[in-house]
Amino acid sequence: MNYTTIPTTCAYCGCGCEILFEVLDGELVGSIPSKANPINHGSLCIKGWTAHEFVVSEKRLKTPLIRKNGEFKEATWDEALNLVSSTLKEIKETSGPNSLACLSSAKCTNEENYLMQKMMRAVVGTNNVDHCARL
Amino acid sequence: MKVLKNEVETLLKEGTISAFLGMKQIKGHANPFLFTHLDDLEHLTIAEARYPLAKIILKIAHKYADHHLGIMVRGCDEKALIELYRNKQLDRSKLVPMGVACSGELAEKCNCSKPYPSQFIVGEAREISFDRTTLEKIESLPLDERFGYWINKLGKCIKCYGCRNICPVCFCEVCTLEDAPLIPLGKIPPEVPAFHLSRAFHMAGRCIDCGLCEEGCPVDIPLRTLYRKVREIVEELFDYLPGEDKEVVSPIQILGDGSFEIPEGDH
Repeated sequence: MNYTTIPTTCAYCGCGCEILFEVLDGELVGSIPSKANPINHGSLCIKGWTAHEFVVSEKRLKTPLIRKNGEFKEATWDEALNLVSSTLKEIKETSGPNSLACLSSAKCTNEENYLMQKMMRAVVGTNNVDHCARL
Repeated sequence: MKVLKNEVETLLKEGTISAFLGMKQIKGHANPFLFTHLDDLEHLTIAEARYPLAKIILKIAHKYADHHLGIMVRGCDEKALIELYRNKQLDRSKLVPMGVACSGELAEKCNCSKPYPSQFIVGEAREISFDRTTLEKIESLPLDERFGYWINKLGKCIKCYGCRNICPVCFCEVCTLEDAPLIPLGKIPPEVPAFHLSRAFHMAGRCIDCGLCEEGCPVDIPLRTLYRKVREIVEELFDYLPGEDKEVVSPIQILGDGSFEIPEGDH
């Protein structure tokens, strides 16, 4: 018998609300807004309140998908990453770096976002870097 | 504080309870935790922040129905537990509540008329008279202004369902507020005032006036004022106050003989 609450930061947007994830016998069973956090003061939006659901959701993608003949087919990470890099390379060579842009995400960490913009500027060679909230 | 620790330690050692649901100091903050090992008790705390412990114990008790569980209770938690016993969600004989009386500061903040449970081992009983000013102010407004007041407040709703999620006496497996034909998906704000009044009706005979809904509302809707009015109407009509430890059944659990009439009055 084991129940605990694990403080964590909501991954949905950049506000930084603190959620307490309820863990019962190793299973994620709920989210509670933290009362101690000065950002959200014991409140959450509907995304935060249901943040535990997507972790265990059956709909969650477990492998990369590649569209072949209009249909998504399961693929390995190697296949997917090779396809992305070769396509990016091809576009860069044929249409120039500024024909590419990247929209990074609030659901990533600072470090991941840093790496994304670094890759776009240093590897691809464009300043077209923005954020998913601008979509 | 020490009294609580000692008491929990004794109960766990004796095997009277399998676990104790209380608050644990984790990374500088007090968060809900189920104590099963004596070593963890050094981090047991009371803290000023209120979490819906009665709602949390539901999840644990459903999974471990045969176990006796201890739980820290404030005045409001106790009322919630009584409603949950009465609605057959929890088995009273399996729970061992440990009473904690709230500090004067917390009682004042919560505008709580009974900031202590029937029996407690920590704190002292403080009498705070409930401040009805907000309710009276709204009641004194002419009907159209009163309606305007609520439409304005309720129109801010971002439909986070926080009021329902945090509510210790909301236990239904299927919720009216998620019934798509009644409450269209993806619409913000939800239909005003139907969404909030649906919830208010469902709170009648159930709301124990703990105020966790209002505390958790991201747009500061005065939900407690709304539900308090519902509470007062239920008390007036049925002489029933949710959370009172009496041998009575809730008005929702009674089938009348058809003779009941709502008295004339301005509701």
